[in-house]
Amino acid sequence: MSWPEFGIVVLRVVVTFVLLLVVTLINVWAERKIVADMQSRIGPSRAGPWGILQTLADGLKLFFKESVIPRKVELGMYLLAPFLAIIPAFLIFMMVPWGKPFMIGDHEVALQGADLNIGLLFILAMSSMAVYAVVLAGWSSGSKYPLIGGVRATAQAISYEAAMGLAMVAVVIFTATQGEGGTLSLAEIVERQTGTWADVSPILSFIPRWNVFPQFAAFVIFVVAIVAETNRAPFDLVEAEQELVGGFHTEYSGMRFAMFFLAEYINIFSMSAIAATLFLGGWAGPTFETFLPGFISALLPTVYFLIKTYAIVFIFFWLRATLPRLRYDQLMTLGWKRLIPAALAWLVVSTVAIGFRQFGPPWS
Amino acid sequence: MAEPILFVLMALGSLAGAVTVVAARNPVYSAMGLLGTLFSVAVLYVLQLAHFVAAVQVIVYAGAVLTLFLFVIMLIGVDTSEDWDEKLPYQRAFVGGLAGLIALFAGALTLFGNFDWVPAATSTDPDSTNGTIQAIAELLFTDWVLAFEATALLLTIAAAGAIALAHYRRGQT
Repeated sequence: MSWPEFGIVVLRVVVTFVLLLVVTLINVWAERKIVADMQSRIGPSRAGPWGILQTLADGLKLFFKESVIPRKVELGMYLLAPFLAIIPAFLIFMMVPWGKPFMIGDHEVALQGADLNIGLLFILAMSSMAVYAVVLAGWSSGSKYPLIGGVRATAQAISYEAAMGLAMVAVVIFTATQGEGGTLSLAEIVERQTGTWADVSPILSFIPRWNVFPQFAAFVIFVVAIVAETNRAPFDLVEAEQELVGGFHTEYSGMRFAMFFLAEYINIFSMSAIAATLFLGGWAGPTFETFLPGFISALLPTVYFLIKTYAIVFIFFWLRATLPRLRYDQLMTLGWKRLIPAALAWLVVSTVAIGFRQFGPPWS
Repeated sequence: MAEPILFVLMALGSLAGAVTVVAARNPVYSAMGLLGTLFSVAVLYVLQLAHFVAAVQVIVYAGAVLTLFLFVIMLIGVDTSEDWDEKLPYQRAFVGGLAGLIALFAGALTLFGNFDWVPAATSTDPDSTNGTIQAIAELLFTDWVLAFEATALLLTIAAAGAIALAHYRRGQT
């Protein structure tokens, strides 16, 4: 690997990292503002214009707070858990392409942390890692409410990961018919969603070639599963304030608490970004290269990506402001008896339809 | 250049994890040791250009199996004092002897053996240095499709059997 290539790789990772931090700062503020608006409150309004610096102020405050370590904790795991929460959160987003690749000289620069051949599998692997942080934090706190939160987290993550994976499988099988062979690389999946459905039927020539149209059921299942996977309302049984104090992070304070908080918001953004990538075409969209200056049409894909991602992030906030929390047995019933059978049924239906389209009826 | 360094780090990591699994007093720490071992082995797979195997290793073992271990450990409760009586006579001597033999064999192999039968994975093809998923899919769904389907059937039977056992009560049906 030559030096310029190495520099590009480092730059890609650093820029992706910074982007993630910035959007997380905005996300926390946006959630407070949007939920406040839905509840006819004002929300943060003091720090900076429209209170946009509120998150920064809160972060600084948490940074200078004393980190209280209760006497009964299992110290090793207690100190390890916040890091286990934040590392997978960053690694997941590294897979997401957040802009159209462009050329500097003769080097192609992909706007993505890393384009792995096994991208989707890597995402599944890392999102299943995220549960360790919650479990270990709950257990090592040496207190009963965090423990209950931790045990709930394990069961919930296992249940909803299955539905999430099955929804992904449907997309992967569909994507395989859209180009040369199958792929798990997220860059390639986005590439195959550029353009419109004009070749299917001329009437559809103004509809973008996003997977959400043929795979709408998978999209709905996926969005429900990622809300549960990130432990957000109405599936936030893990940190149910009314019954478990703060859930798994009850005994954490200061910077360690801030790391759990940061990881949660990073996960919301990166899971939404993955949903946008898989179903809404990621950065795909018209760039008007013929009559716009070059740098604007190079920036437009990133703007499209952010708009699509924030549309799904907004659903997260909307759900939180609207729905009451599920009961634990309702959560399990929804996961195992509704979502997984629905995902399986959709997988069968969509695969049979794809086979039918590609190979014709089996009796011919 | 980076490969030997990574190999040594990950080999040490997997050994440290393995020792923790056996030596830790607290089963949760044992589970975490196992997690360390699984991760280190996954990185070793990546060094051998087996990206797919590495990802599956993390998803299946670290993501699902070990999470279930932790779940069970927490539900049973780790505060109960362990029974340290050793039921099998001479088990320590036996395991120690076995470990010594294996170490001797490994040492002899390193010193006098020849390693032509385990060549390092090398590739100049950019596609295969970036992952092996297409190659694996091709083999799995052409040459080894019977073995693949048989494994799928076996797993389905195992799952059905587990559900049947869980629902079985003495005196009913």
